[in-house]
This record gives sequence, structure tokens and C-alpha cells, in this order.
Amino acid sequence: MQLPPALHARLAGAPGSAEPLPVERNPAAGTAPFRFAPRLVRFPREHDFFEDGDVQRHLYLQDVLTQVGGAPERPRVPEFTCQVAGCCQAFGALDDYEHHYHALHGNVCSFCERAFPSGRLLDAHILEWHDSLFQILAERQDMYQCLVEGCTEKFRTSRDRKEHLVMRHLYPVDFRFDKPRKSRGPAMPGAAEQVLAETLGDDGVPSEGDAMEVCSEHVEPPPEPAGERRAYSHRCLTRI
Amino acid sequence: MWSRERGRLKPLRCGVEELRCRRREREAALRKARREQQLVSKRLLRDEALEEAEEGCVAVIFGEAEIQQFLRLAQRGTEEKEREGALVSLRRGLQRPETQQTFIRLEGSIRTLVGLLTSNRALLQLEAARCLHELSHSEQSAVVEACLPATSYLLTYLSGHSSDFIELCLYTLGNLIVESEAVRRQLLPQGIVPALAACIQSPHLTVLEALGYALSQLLQAKEAPEKIIPSVLGSTLPQHMLQLLQPGPKLNLGVAVEFAWCLHYIICSQVNNALLITQGALSTLGLLLLDLAGAVQRTEDAGLELFLLQKQPSLLPEGLWLLNNLTANSPSFCTSLLSLDLIEPLLHLLSVSNVVSVLVLTVLCNVAEKGPAYCQRLWPGPLLSSLLDTLAFSDTEVVGQSLELLQLLFLYQPGAAQAFLQQSGLQALQRHEEVAQLQDRVHALQQIALHG
Repeated sequence: MQLPPALHARLAGAPGSAEPLPVERNPAAGTAPFRFAPRLVRFPREHDFFEDGDVQRHLYLQDVLTQVGGAPERPRVPEFTCQVAGCCQAFGALDDYEHHYHALHGNVCSFCERAFPSGRLLDAHILEWHDSLFQILAERQDMYQCLVEGCTEKFRTSRDRKEHLVMRHLYPVDFRFDKPRKSRGPAMPGAAEQVLAETLGDDGVPSEGDAMEVCSEHVEPPPEPAGERRAYSHRCLTRI
Repeated sequence: MWSRERGRLKPLRCGVEELRCRRREREAALRKARREQQLVSKRLLRDEALEEAEEGCVAVIFGEAEIQQFLRLAQRGTEEKEREGALVSLRRGLQRPETQQTFIRLEGSIRTLVGLLTSNRALLQLEAARCLHELSHSEQSAVVEACLPATSYLLTYLSGHSSDFIELCLYTLGNLIVESEAVRRQLLPQGIVPALAACIQSPHLTVLEALGYALSQLLQAKEAPEKIIPSVLGSTLPQHMLQLLQPGPKLNLGVAVEFAWCLHYIICSQVNNALLITQGALSTLGLLLLDLAGAVQRTEDAGLELFLLQKQPSLLPEGLWLLNNLTANSPSFCTSLLSLDLIEPLLHLLSVSNVVSVLVLTVLCNVAEKGPAYCQRLWPGPLLSSLLDTLAFSDTEVVGQSLELLQLLFLYQPGAAQAFLQQSGLQALQRHEEVAQLQDRVHALQQIALHG
């Protein structure tokens, strides 16, 4: 069905033409034995009416029909290394590098150099591990924010939050981005050994997949937290 | 299998006829599956360039010992390259269902994989994600459900920034979602809807297409109207979806296809369509349809199969259904139909199929029942001869609808009955005199035509 250009213009918002024609019905219309009456039709989703369309959709998903999007270019380049200080990873493709960069250098805590998958988790970490004001407030009110995007619940302790994550959100008990701090109070220089101990496991051998936290080969002791200063702005967003 | 390098010309390994045959078989299987409410399809993301670089040989079946070896190397190998290589080998092996089965039965295997997925080595993460993706695509429920321990991490990674990785996570999630209600019962409390709502703001088209896929799988679920659609409607997802469907230079078809299906599943579930209308769904979709129809007239891109109104008769019912709902209670739409000369094109469709014919006649009835002013504009013209043609059909629904239209014309248009008689209308009616569903109306029309 060819579409007249006038229709396109009209429906695209061009000024309409004349008023609608006057409606004038005769009561005999649609009376027995006739039965026509205009009605809006709605089909529920399982209706046979949608069978053809659904079949088309699934043929498309199964790649029997041509995909409509274009495939992105994936150039390979001569090997190069990551320019972030202390990192010597080498790459042969830009996409691999993009992932590496975002995974390890994107959301990094400047206090302890742990890397996090998202800004939200990094923010929670900084608050809970490196902010002394947080510790003080936490003694009197619910400060531990739920880690799930969209959930606004807060908890008194990190353990309560963990329980909420497990019971309400069905998270794994050993969720790797919710490690509780071993000591109470702001992170102290001795924390460096703790970090190492956690990563390496009891026998000094790297545990099942190192938790995605420490970004460089060696860990420097975090600087003394400066009193009441809030740590929000301390992020390690290295620019190339 | 959905592959990344689609533009490349590949040598056909089988003839065109075989392809057609395979397509017909697939279609038949899909129709059957739909009738049994078992319609499940998944997408597999395999990087063909990567496979060719790895000298793509057919994946070998691995046994327990080999799998254990690969996992050990990946976890504790000393050389970076060695660790990656082990995981790549595992990933390729997981293309085989037998290897998948062995893998999931091996104690600690998934745990190790999840450990690698969340490790501090980006390339290991990527390969581990690819392994999970292979598993998610399996037809065996046990294999797919073995991936469940990874879902909280897949969702967490959606708010990262690495577009390739996010894309992979989304396709994996999409495959998992469609597997079973049990999987969805875990993903919903884990926050999949807010995670998708945050992720839809990504500027990357590949991410958006993947997100659309995952969301469409979620919305297609049986329990979606009660358990999923309300929270989707309550999120920012609908307004972003509509934005991604705006016609114009920024429209990406791959992305648009996915979100169009998402909207379809939402709308036909009839949970809260009023909300969508307030967000501008009608105008967006209407303009998009026009834009695409216009594009179809300009180019004959094979990739636009889904949108070729002329070439795909299966789209006519939908288009006509839309027209019915537009014209049923709207004098202005009926007037537009007349003033824009759409009646004749509609009449051309009467020979396509019975379903289409009934719909066309219904739309025409919608116009005619509005009274003399409307019927006057339907007359004279090709309408009468088209109706005489449809009276020659054997399908009772088509004929029945023609009779309804004739009654309206006889009632509102002076001279119509006369013209009908002159063109041997009575003879056309005669053949249906004995048909149970039609005879009363046939006789009534005969009376009106003869006696006024």
C-alpha cells in the first residue's frame, strides 16, 4: 500500500484540512438480521493474531532473518601497554584495553587503591572504610546503604546489610564487593597487611580468583585520614 | 547464532533451496512452540573475528581432567598469557553440550568461574564472562541454571563502563531470563529492573541493543503482566525506550527493533497503557511507522524485512487492525481516510487473503456507518465492483461483512441499490441464499434492493 504524501504531512503535524463530516445515523442501520457496529478491538498477547509476528521475531533472534544493525569495527593495533602508573598490562586490541581500563583504573579508591565495578560501590566503600565521620554517625543511626541499585534501605551495621542483601535480594553470602572491614574505626596504616592477608588467603597462595580490588602489584599503606574531611572527592580517575 | 561480523561475505555452505527448506522447518517449529506456549529463543554472541584468529577448529569434547586442568591454570598459572590461554580453551570447549554437562557436574567449577569473573584481571574477567555466556545459551535447563550464582555480579557490572563487557553480560542475562520462572524469581529481587533502567542511559548502541534484547525476554515472560510490567512501567525505562524509537537521523534499527518488541509486550498485556500514552507513545510510534514506510519506498534494504508493509502480507492485518481502532469511533479519522484518498488503495487489498479482506471491509463499514455524508464520499467509484467481487468469495466471514456494508450503502446512499441491481447484484447474492449464517441478510438485501 503506497502512502500518499499528503498523509505523511498530515500525520506529521501539518495543519489538518476540513472539519470532520457530519455524522447522521439511521436507527435501522445494523439492526437484525444485520449486526454491524463499530468496535475497538484489543487482542490479548497469546492471541493467534500475533502468531505471524511472534514467529518473525523468533526467526530474527535465531538469526534466520537478516539482522538490521551494523557490526561495529574491531580494529587490532600493534601491542601497547597501559599508561597508568604502576600498571604494565599489554594489549593488542583497543576493546580489551577499554575493559581493562574501566575494570581496574575506572573506579579506584585513592586511599587503598581498591578498584570497584561502579561508582556506587566505590562511594559506599569510601564512606564505610575511610570516613571517620561515617563511623561516628553510624553509632547513632542507620548508615549502611543497601548495595542494590534502586533499593534505598539503610542499616545499622554492615552485618545487617549483608543479611538484607542475602534475604531480600537473594545475593550470595560471599558477595565480593561487600567485604566487611576487620577493625572498627578509620582505616589505619596497619590495614595494609590486612588487605594483603585478605587477598592472599591464609596460606599465602592467591585464593580462588583474587577479589577484584587491588589494582597494582604492590599495596601502599593508605594515608592517615584527615580528621573530619569528607572523602567524596577522592577518586583515582587517571586521565591518559 | 547471532554473530558480530555480519557484513562479511561468507561462502555458502549449502544451497539456497536448502536454506529455504531450513527456514520453513524453523517456522513450523516456532508456530508449534507458540501454540504450546513454549516459545523460547536465545541469542549467542560469538566473535567470529576472534574465532578465526584462534584458527577456529571444531571444538573438541573435554573430559573432567582436562576441564580441571584449564581451571587450575586459569586460577593459579604464573604467566598471564598462560592463564588467559587456559580460559580461552575452556571457553571454546564449552561450545559443546557434552563439555557443558561435564563442566557443571564438576565440583567447584562454577565457583571458580565466578571467582575469575570477579578477579582483578580484566582479560580473565572477559573470558570468564564468555564461558558463562556459552552456558547461558544451552538448551539444557541444568546447564543454564548452573549460572545462577553469577547473576548478582552480572547485574553489578551493568553499571560499569566497559561497553563490550556490559554487552556480553546483557546477552547472558537475556538468555538466562528466558530459561525459566525460577531464574526470574531470583533476578527480580536482585534488582534487574533498576539495573536496566540505569544502564539504558549508555551511549553505546551495542549496549542498547543488548539491553533491549534482555528486556524483551523479561517482558515476554508468562508472569510479566502481574510481576514484571508494573515495575517496568514505574521505572524510567518507558521514557527512554520511546526516546530510542524517535524517528530521525539518530535512529538505529537494531536498537529500535528490540524496544519496539518491548513496547508490544507491555502494551498487549494491557497493564497501564494510559501511562504510555501520556508519555507520548502514540505520536512516537505513529511517526516512526510513517518514517519507516517512507524509507521503504526509497530503498529496498533486505535488512528492513520487519518493516516492509508491501512485501510482508503478514503485516497487513496489524496495519488494518490499527486502522479499525482509529476509525471505529472517530469521525475525523474517517473523514481523513476519505479526503486522503485511501479508499482505493484499501480496495486493492481485498484480494490478498480472507483475514485481510474482512479487516478492510470492517474499516469501510466504520466509515459508512457514520451516515450519508460519508457514504456520499464512497460513491460512485470502484467500491461497488469490489463488493460484487467479494460476493463471489466462498468465505462466509468475508461475504457476511460485505453484506453489512451493502446494507449501510443502501440505507444512506440514494441510487446505490439501483446500481447494485443493474450490475447483476441479485445474481451475486443468490449463491449464498442457502448458507445458514448468511441467508437472513441475503433475503433482507434482496427485499431492500427490489422494493426500497
